[in-house]
Amino acid sequence: MNFKNLKLNLSNKNKDLIPQILTVLFLILVVIYFTINAQSNMGNRGISFGFGFLSQESSFDITFSLIDYDGSHTYARAFLVGLLNTILVSAIGIFFATILGVTIGIARLSQNYLVAKSAEWYVEIFRNIPLILQIFFWYFAALRALPLTVDSINFYDISFLNVKGWYVPKFVWTNFSIFIYSIIFAFILIYFLAKYAQNQRDKFGKQIPTLYISILLIIGLPFLTFLIGGVSLSFEIPELTQLSKTVYVYRGGVSIIPELISLALALSMYTATFIAENVRAGILGVSKGQKEAAASIGLTKGQILKLVVMPQALRIIIPPTTNQYLNLTKNSSLAAAIAYPDIVLVFAGTALMQTGRAIEIISITMLTYLSLSLSISVFMNWYNKKMAIKEK
Amino acid sequence: MNLSILKADKKNLNTFITIGSVLIFIGLIDIILSSFLSTNITAFLPDKISYLTPLLFGLFGLYLIRIEFSGNKLLDKVNTNFNSSNFNALLTLLVIFALIKYIPPLLNWFVFDANFAGNTKEDCTGDGACWVFVKVWLNRFVYGLYPDTEQWRINTAFLTLFLLVGASFFVPQRYKKYIIIFLLFVYPIIGLKLISGGDFGLKYVETGAWGGLSLTFIVSAFALILCFPIGTILALGRRSKLPAIRYTSIGFIELWRGVPLITVLFMSAVMFPMFLPDGTYVDKLIRVLIAITLFEAAYMAEVVRGGLQALPKGQYEAAKSLGMGYWKMHFLIILPQALKLVIPGIANTFLALVKDTPLIFVVGLLELAGMVNLAKTNPKWLGMAMEGYVFAGLVFWVICYVMSRYSQNLEKKLKTER
Repeated sequence: MNFKNLKLNLSNKNKDLIPQILTVLFLILVVIYFTINAQSNMGNRGISFGFGFLSQESSFDITFSLIDYDGSHTYARAFLVGLLNTILVSAIGIFFATILGVTIGIARLSQNYLVAKSAEWYVEIFRNIPLILQIFFWYFAALRALPLTVDSINFYDISFLNVKGWYVPKFVWTNFSIFIYSIIFAFILIYFLAKYAQNQRDKFGKQIPTLYISILLIIGLPFLTFLIGGVSLSFEIPELTQLSKTVYVYRGGVSIIPELISLALALSMYTATFIAENVRAGILGVSKGQKEAAASIGLTKGQILKLVVMPQALRIIIPPTTNQYLNLTKNSSLAAAIAYPDIVLVFAGTALMQTGRAIEIISITMLTYLSLSLSISVFMNWYNKKMAIKEK
Repeated sequence: MNLSILKADKKNLNTFITIGSVLIFIGLIDIILSSFLSTNITAFLPDKISYLTPLLFGLFGLYLIRIEFSGNKLLDKVNTNFNSSNFNALLTLLVIFALIKYIPPLLNWFVFDANFAGNTKEDCTGDGACWVFVKVWLNRFVYGLYPDTEQWRINTAFLTLFLLVGASFFVPQRYKKYIIIFLLFVYPIIGLKLISGGDFGLKYVETGAWGGLSLTFIVSAFALILCFPIGTILALGRRSKLPAIRYTSIGFIELWRGVPLITVLFMSAVMFPMFLPDGTYVDKLIRVLIAITLFEAAYMAEVVRGGLQALPKGQYEAAKSLGMGYWKMHFLIILPQALKLVIPGIANTFLALVKDTPLIFVVGLLELAGMVNLAKTNPKWLGMAMEGYVFAGLVFWVICYVMSRYSQNLEKKLKTER
């Protein structure tokens, strides 16, 4: 028996090595096989592997772009346009999904039976319908039912909604940079204020109303720049212009294309259901004893929520919600289905069709998503660590 | 000023309830009249006040009947569930008013004004939904472009599947595992052969013609069966002590989890053929299945890993102390327990898989949502997008809702057993 064990120990090293070597060998063989095939295939089609095409003229147009772009720009710029559009719709989606999700999550815990039930049904309905169908629904069915440009839905004469999109006033700034600086300055002040307040609280037990001062700062400082900094803001309101007898368009202002509206709507309504469940689980996860203990030492209801329940609930809520943000960003690629010019449509669609460089373009697209996912998860991990229990 | 006069207590309870109910009733009548008969009984008031009257009446009425404890069961129930504070009363009223305002038009569209009879778009004369569209296209929505005369094959395949699954619930425990092994390893091949044909005198039906709801089921069933073993292996690999295997697994899992499915499908459509010897043609459906399987396997791996991590260390140590090797330990001791723990997680992955199947439109395969897209662009049926998507949404909703309910029940059942 002893002898047998000894033998086993001696061969342990080999036993560990062989499967590893086999795995690596297998990987290398697969890569070599794919490379040889890819080379011969590309040779047959007369293209060679490389990223030189990125600096070539793209010669296609993109319907919606945050930066200056037309057909004379390069493929690299087209890629950037797509990437920015992806980030834009993800950011909008995350913003609204969070607001809606938190509201519904709290509503599900409401004492009010009707409110709790409605929230529950919202979650059940929107979670169980495929996202792509929801996008199709908003884009092809709901938004197509909007009126034509001539009879747009009018919001107080400044904003117009019609089948071509949503026209909102454009902000025209003078000395915009001063305004931005003032906001940054306000944030720096708030940071120091928070440190000072904590210091005072730890040392002397003095409570400083940080929140109110912060709100005052963040509104007051930018407002001051209007009075003395030479900043001014005017609005360019979209106007109905007649092109020909029956053709009307809105000129000026900012037009939000229906693709963006339906995508953002569907993404945020779908993801909100998952965030709502996270929020509910987080709040339920804080044990009742915590609230009772807090109440018994005389904290007010607001203080209990702010100082006892929320810090603990956030710890439960944040990790799965990070996942939802990641999912939303990845799901924004469904844009390709309704021709919203995101990175998949612009790059993996149009650019690939024109250049035929499948390997390079798909790799770049996938790498972009990978790095987007990784950066969000790195940021959220950092935040999560900050919120985690610091055990002494 | 003493407001407590307006507060209900036990002595004046009846008066307060009467006045309160009347006020609430007036509020309800007001909103019902204005939304059904479009008459405004408070039109003599200024515009904005008249708009808010039902709310004000309701709020005041609810305020009057709010009492800590009345002894009346119904009243107490109303007060605790709908009327515990002014804010809650407002929410209750808003929800009720929203229901009164929006449910009837929805019902009208769905049922009362909808058109069911007829065979063409011209038969849809009412204001409501045109369900004739769904009726006419139903066959396509279920079977795709599969030839009409051959559809019995799909029916047979699915019917056999349901019978087998049903049978596995009722046969004695001894035979159960044979049925399950048959279902997992033999039946998929038979089913696929039956549907694709080509041999045994069955006409060959190319995969491009498959579609509709049946394709949704085929894709999700195959992807589930295939991604399960791969996911398990990946999960074991990720927990392996051997660095080369561990990092390969981590890299593989994180790669798939970091990219959206649509790019994976694009990859299978345009990039994958470049990696194969020139002239090899892999069927579209098979490429899609490989792509979805690998993608879902990464998610499945994380689910299974959760189960592996949840097992107490003692299980591993006990198995080792019995002299079991790595594979024996995992297959006989660890995995059976770990997999049982993560059944709800597996169900959720499957749910996500079903919801992801519409994406195969990227490579030109049309399941239910894709068929709706095709049908609504048919020149004879323009303008039917709403009906099509609502129908597809309902079908998917029923499937997913039933499945999620089932997985929740499973979760509860497993919890009590432990």
